[in-house]
Amino acid sequence: MTQTLTPSTTVDTEPDAVRTPPRRPGRGGRAPWEEPPTVAGQAGKGLTLGGVLAVMLVPLWIIVVTSLSTQGAVNRAGGLVIWPDGLTFEAYRVMLEDATVRSALLVSLGITAVGTLLSMVVSVLCAYGLSRARSLGHRFLLALLVITMFVNGGLIPTFLVVTGLGGYGEWWALILPGAVSVFNILILRSFYSSTSLDLIEAARIDGAGDWRILWSVVLPTSRAVTAVMALFYGVGYWNNFFSVMLYMPTDSEKWPLQYVLYTYVNRGNGLPGSVNSGFGTQFAQTAPLSLQMAVVVLTLIPLLIVYPFVQKHFRTGVLTGAIKG
Amino acid sequence: MTAPRTQRSGPGWRVRLRRDRSLLLMTLPAVLLLVVFNYVPLFGLVTAFQEYDPLIGVWDSQWAGLYQFERLFGDPLFWGALTNTLYLSLVQLVLFFPIPIALALLLNSVLNQRFKNFVQSVVYLPHFFSWVLAITIFQQMLGGAGALNQFLRSHDLATWDVMTDPDTFALLVTSQVIWKEAGWGIIVFLAALAAINTDLYEAAAADGAGRWRRLWHITLPGLRGVIVLMLVLRLGNALTVGFEQLLIQRDAVGHDTADVLDTFSFYYGIATGDYSYGAAAGLFKSVISLLMIWGANKLAHAFGEDGLYRK
Repeated sequence: MTQTLTPSTTVDTEPDAVRTPPRRPGRGGRAPWEEPPTVAGQAGKGLTLGGVLAVMLVPLWIIVVTSLSTQGAVNRAGGLVIWPDGLTFEAYRVMLEDATVRSALLVSLGITAVGTLLSMVVSVLCAYGLSRARSLGHRFLLALLVITMFVNGGLIPTFLVVTGLGGYGEWWALILPGAVSVFNILILRSFYSSTSLDLIEAARIDGAGDWRILWSVVLPTSRAVTAVMALFYGVGYWNNFFSVMLYMPTDSEKWPLQYVLYTYVNRGNGLPGSVNSGFGTQFAQTAPLSLQMAVVVLTLIPLLIVYPFVQKHFRTGVLTGAIKG
Repeated sequence: MTAPRTQRSGPGWRVRLRRDRSLLLMTLPAVLLLVVFNYVPLFGLVTAFQEYDPLIGVWDSQWAGLYQFERLFGDPLFWGALTNTLYLSLVQLVLFFPIPIALALLLNSVLNQRFKNFVQSVVYLPHFFSWVLAITIFQQMLGGAGALNQFLRSHDLATWDVMTDPDTFALLVTSQVIWKEAGWGIIVFLAALAAINTDLYEAAAADGAGRWRRLWHITLPGLRGVIVLMLVLRLGNALTVGFEQLLIQRDAVGHDTADVLDTFSFYYGIATGDYSYGAAAGLFKSVISLLMIWGANKLAHAFGEDGLYRK
């Protein structure tokens, strides 16, 4: 039965307003009435966009190359290495042997996995629950959600509530307070509302309840937006820095990677294994540069793995939110 | 919005409750989380009118009336933070706001689809970096031991530690925001550009309008709604400028330069344990922000645009 319900993956979930209008045939994708490009114009565009790309990519290149360089190459360059000159994974080996970095990596991965799963389950359920028009109380619940986008208690009352519930030094303090993004729920909801009513009615006639419809009809038709939302939530948890500063600033065994990056690279406190320069030495270079850059690269790797798969769906995910509000 | 009459004569609420119980159950976890972590803290705002003592709690703490606010308005550090907030906001409005629009226009004019997609995926990327990472990258490029000074030193030029220079801090912060968010900001403008009817361009070209005239008379008016919306959002958030970004860099340039309302609330509220004082600063910020959103929206309506919500 459900076999006939499962829609093909080719269902177009992209809203009409977003689709690029088809270009009229012409030379080089140019409409017949469009002027041919001028040399100056082409050069200007090329230089500007090339400059933009360089500003984004050159720092990343330098950091990756430095993290892969030998101590000798770093010394010869007098700091950051711009052109590879001997390749070694020594920095990564040393770093992964460090207990603080290793536990931070596990903490970061754990918080990101658990948090993203929780956020997605809660958001998808809530978005579907609010997406069926004329359901009881959906206007009230929607208002309840939207109000929190404009009015909130602010930093200190939230801190007092979390610590009052015993959240100081606890994992859940890094996950639960920010687990729900109303903005993400609204984006999901607008997608679910636009899922073809015919499909849903067909499922209902076949005897499917709301849970079944969500799982077998709505979720499979909205894979792209689900992936984008999961990335948004995942990045949020992976990048979480401030809650650590609030709720577990002294407990270095519980630090995620971002906090290690902050302490050991930005504040120059030195990795635990190396000579520790102590607090207060602003931006002193204690840990070898290649080691610091290896920590930087480590915080980047998971993002760079996931990003290419999700990136092509950004338009779909972000724009529905922006345009339909 | 008034419900149409036909809906009134629908099933009664008991029937609807039975019918919609699984839908309601689905919203429950999210609603619970929002109640605990968003609505309960709203009641926590009463601490701003107390002499809050964490040992005895909100219920038993001494009421202090408007004392915390009197302290706040007599505190030069608070006025300094407010001035810094508004100044940084203004600099970002002038230097950051137009860049995504210009970048979107530029990218929209690129016809090579593969190059366009490549540029887009590169410029979106920094949006997903944490502030710690972004600032680390800036530190490595522009800091005292960074690439810039490495270059200056090797050419026997005077060095300049951009990261700790209070005089250029506003520009530094703005350039960080540009680097991190300008690429992401183009998404909504690209969408608005894609929604412009191409027939308009063809008609204009037939009437003899060149590419610049078409830009001026068709493209920019087509972007007008989105630009006003973004401007309203920006004005409404004028008191919110990069909390984490400034928190991380505060010690390097000194709090005189880097304190904004959010960091003020954090440092003089949580770090020193003076919770009521910090809560008062936070409440001040929230109230003024709400007024600004409301005002900016009024302004958008005055320009005949929708803004955040319709009239």
